[in-house]
Amino acid sequence: MKADPIGVLTGTHFFDGDHACCEGALAAGCRFAAGYPITPSTEIVERFAQRAPLVGGMFLQMEDELAASIAIQGAVWAGAKAFTVTSGPGFSLMMEHIGFAAMTETPCVIVNVQRGGPSTGLPTLPGQADMMQARWGSHGDYELIALAPSSPQECFDLTIHAFNLAEQYRVPVLVMMDECVGHMTEKVVIPPASEIEVAPRRYTRLPRGEYVPFHAGPDGVPEMVRAGEGYRIHVTGMTHDEQGFPAPTVEAQQKLVQRLVEKIRRNAEAIVRYEETGVEDAEVVVVAYGITARVARRAVELARQQGVRAGLLRPVVVWPFPENRIAELARRVRAFVVAEMNLGQIALEVERCSAGNAPTVLVPHGGGAVHHPEEILEVILAQARTEEVLR
Amino acid sequence: MSQIEIQLGGLGGQGVVLAGMTLGRGLALYEELHVSLTQSFGPEARGSACNVQIIAARAPIFYPYLERPDILVTLSQGAFRRFAPGLKDGGLLLFEEELVKAEPLPNGVRAYGVPATRLAEELGRKMVMNMVVLGFFTAVTGLLRPESARRAVSESVPRGTEALNLAAFEKGYTCGLERLTAGTREGIRVCSSPISGRS
Amino acid sequence: MSAPVEAPLAANPVEAVLRSFRMPHIWCPGCGIGTTVNCFARALEQSKLNLDKVVVVSGIGCSGRVAGYLDLDSFHTTHGRAIPFATGMKIANPKLTVVVYSGDGDLVGIGGNHFIHAARRNLDLKVICINNFTYGMTGGQMGPTTPVSALSSTTPFGCFEPGFNLPHLAESAGAVYVARWTTYHVRQLAHTMGEMLRKNGFSFLEIISPCPTLYGQRNRLGDGLAMMKHFKQQSVLRHGAPTKEVGIELQGPIAVGKFVDIERPSFLDVMNEQLGRTLEAEYAGCVKDHVPD
Repeated sequence: MKADPIGVLTGTHFFDGDHACCEGALAAGCRFAAGYPITPSTEIVERFAQRAPLVGGMFLQMEDELAASIAIQGAVWAGAKAFTVTSGPGFSLMMEHIGFAAMTETPCVIVNVQRGGPSTGLPTLPGQADMMQARWGSHGDYELIALAPSSPQECFDLTIHAFNLAEQYRVPVLVMMDECVGHMTEKVVIPPASEIEVAPRRYTRLPRGEYVPFHAGPDGVPEMVRAGEGYRIHVTGMTHDEQGFPAPTVEAQQKLVQRLVEKIRRNAEAIVRYEETGVEDAEVVVVAYGITARVARRAVELARQQGVRAGLLRPVVVWPFPENRIAELARRVRAFVVAEMNLGQIALEVERCSAGNAPTVLVPHGGGAVHHPEEILEVILAQARTEEVLR
Repeated sequence: MSQIEIQLGGLGGQGVVLAGMTLGRGLALYEELHVSLTQSFGPEARGSACNVQIIAARAPIFYPYLERPDILVTLSQGAFRRFAPGLKDGGLLLFEEELVKAEPLPNGVRAYGVPATRLAEELGRKMVMNMVVLGFFTAVTGLLRPESARRAVSESVPRGTEALNLAAFEKGYTCGLERLTAGTREGIRVCSSPISGRS
Repeated sequence: MSAPVEAPLAANPVEAVLRSFRMPHIWCPGCGIGTTVNCFARALEQSKLNLDKVVVVSGIGCSGRVAGYLDLDSFHTTHGRAIPFATGMKIANPKLTVVVYSGDGDLVGIGGNHFIHAARRNLDLKVICINNFTYGMTGGQMGPTTPVSALSSTTPFGCFEPGFNLPHLAESAGAVYVARWTTYHVRQLAHTMGEMLRKNGFSFLEIISPCPTLYGQRNRLGDGLAMMKHFKQQSVLRHGAPTKEVGIELQGPIAVGKFVDIERPSFLDVMNEQLGRTLEAEYAGCVKDHVPD
């Protein structure tokens, strides 16, 4: 279905990533946000607080991030689309509720404008060191979806996409921004509402009695209802049966957790999204995401100017990871160079997926600033040369 | 790469960020350029050093940070001290002449001063000094058409203050044209089509 | 042949509000939680509310299981976070009657921060707290309401920190309705719950409830029946009592009654008034009006 025009600020804007993200949420139909102020994400909810009452929405400032990350889920079960935004320390506090959303299949969006960590770290400066936490941060087995925008325009586009994926698969979807894209200002084009596709909630048409709340369809995703419509549902974070009631048994656990994981794994090819530049003939492929992908793109250009066939693979959806594509490329490229603003996270994933068929070389960065293109260039050139020597 | 790098520096509270946002908006939306604007500011809201960095280019911008600015605008002595040494050889310096003593000037840099605070005070509101500077910038650099800048000013300033800010812009613009034609300093190269000719 | 005459089974009068198919429940013999659920079911029946619009939200712990046994839309959330979940739900759909039903450890221990802020906001939530002075489900540890000198598995030599006086906490934080009864007071409980269902604003009911298994026996208060007798003997009816005077000590008197019942504009009233006055015609109303059907 198309976006409700009331929430769509159609036009050409000069926005930073935080403001663009807020407009993406509004365009996607989000009408409830809860949050706790934390740099560098605060501008998103400040804008939401300003805009929401004009379009039938509401921002609620909560007492902490635990509250924010569960308040949105209450709003979702009341029928709203909802999100919360945070950064490092707040993201850590939200972990339990990411798990609750995964377990209860509550569609919601959590934005993390990453800053340097650990702990309080660098409140005003960027990092990309929460990528593994995004994937594994809550306890237990589960799968979710995480996106990594690399420009304000993508902060808008991918926030809409995040809401759509959340509805389609009934999972928490993380928008893993970073301080750079959050605070960088660029042109952002917001199309007319009629050109914005939004996913409706997958409400059941079955009457009470026939409706089985956690019985999944062929794609592994059950249909939903909301509170107040007479279905008298039960939703619990405990291991539950298809009716939704606690079922603390080995069989129920296996069945439920398997489905929660497989609804993403089996649909991974449809969810995965990446962008390639110059990969067709590349001997060295740089893998980078978010703001670092732009720096890497520059490095790849410089390498090409020096006659090295370099390419860039930019995961737009980071989780699930484009593992098939990496595995495929591993069989023909000389090396992967992974540039990220951390000391080695997605590099581990590239290494895993390449299964020993091509080496993975990390260009780490402790955070606080992006790499300089030269840093990545040097490693690209070194890889190109090393391989020649070995031959 | 055809791109131009601009840096604006001053103290928090001087309106540096708003001036930068307005300039970026004019370049991005009304000159059809690719523009990336980044900013840094200290933890204090007022009185700390702040600066805005803008890259404008004909092609998409990947690396969004400045290497060495082509144009530096300084509204405080601290910003001058900190950023002037980074200015590109042959670059352009614009400065608030009553707040900044532009010495020593790096090699080959051409400098233009504007009495922005005084011109703003003539309008009764010292706080529109930033828009005076923007007008001055528009006239001296020719990077964007004055109508693009005016449109950006109207859209960027708080509602109800458009006339005042536009008046400030005009004061700075006029001053810029005067200083350019005064002949006391050599004319500026970055003019009608400044970007296409650069490498 | 005439049909055999069967004596009609005595139906549980509140069966319609319960998920009988979920019985037997998990609570121990002598536990007071089931009693409170019965009272709540009666209050619901008598309220004449459309029960499709009544939601119950629980946290974690023995009392957190209440949600699963009531035939309402029910949400069994995370430990301590029933109130913020309920907050999001109520704001997103103000037409729902949202009841938070949980225990002392959940609501004012791990969830204490949410409790005081929800009371401050005066959002229209009905918060029912089963206070059994201990963490029952995890084996009887001391908690935020355990009285000084009480024995628990983590205070084996007697508790040496004071417990919360919950009515005082609730009133101080801004609750507009505060009452306390024990599980002995079943009619009063149902009556108070009924009043809460009609009250607009943050209302709070503390129910002193026996946990004979893990608190009563350890503290020489006896089994469930003995604890009920204890409650009966120790209860002192003090409607309108200043809440700072109603703290509970081990083996001491238990003040019961309705302590607070005042009017104060609720969160949603203030929000709508403020936004309406500031934004005038631009104010697009609450979230629910825009939730697509």
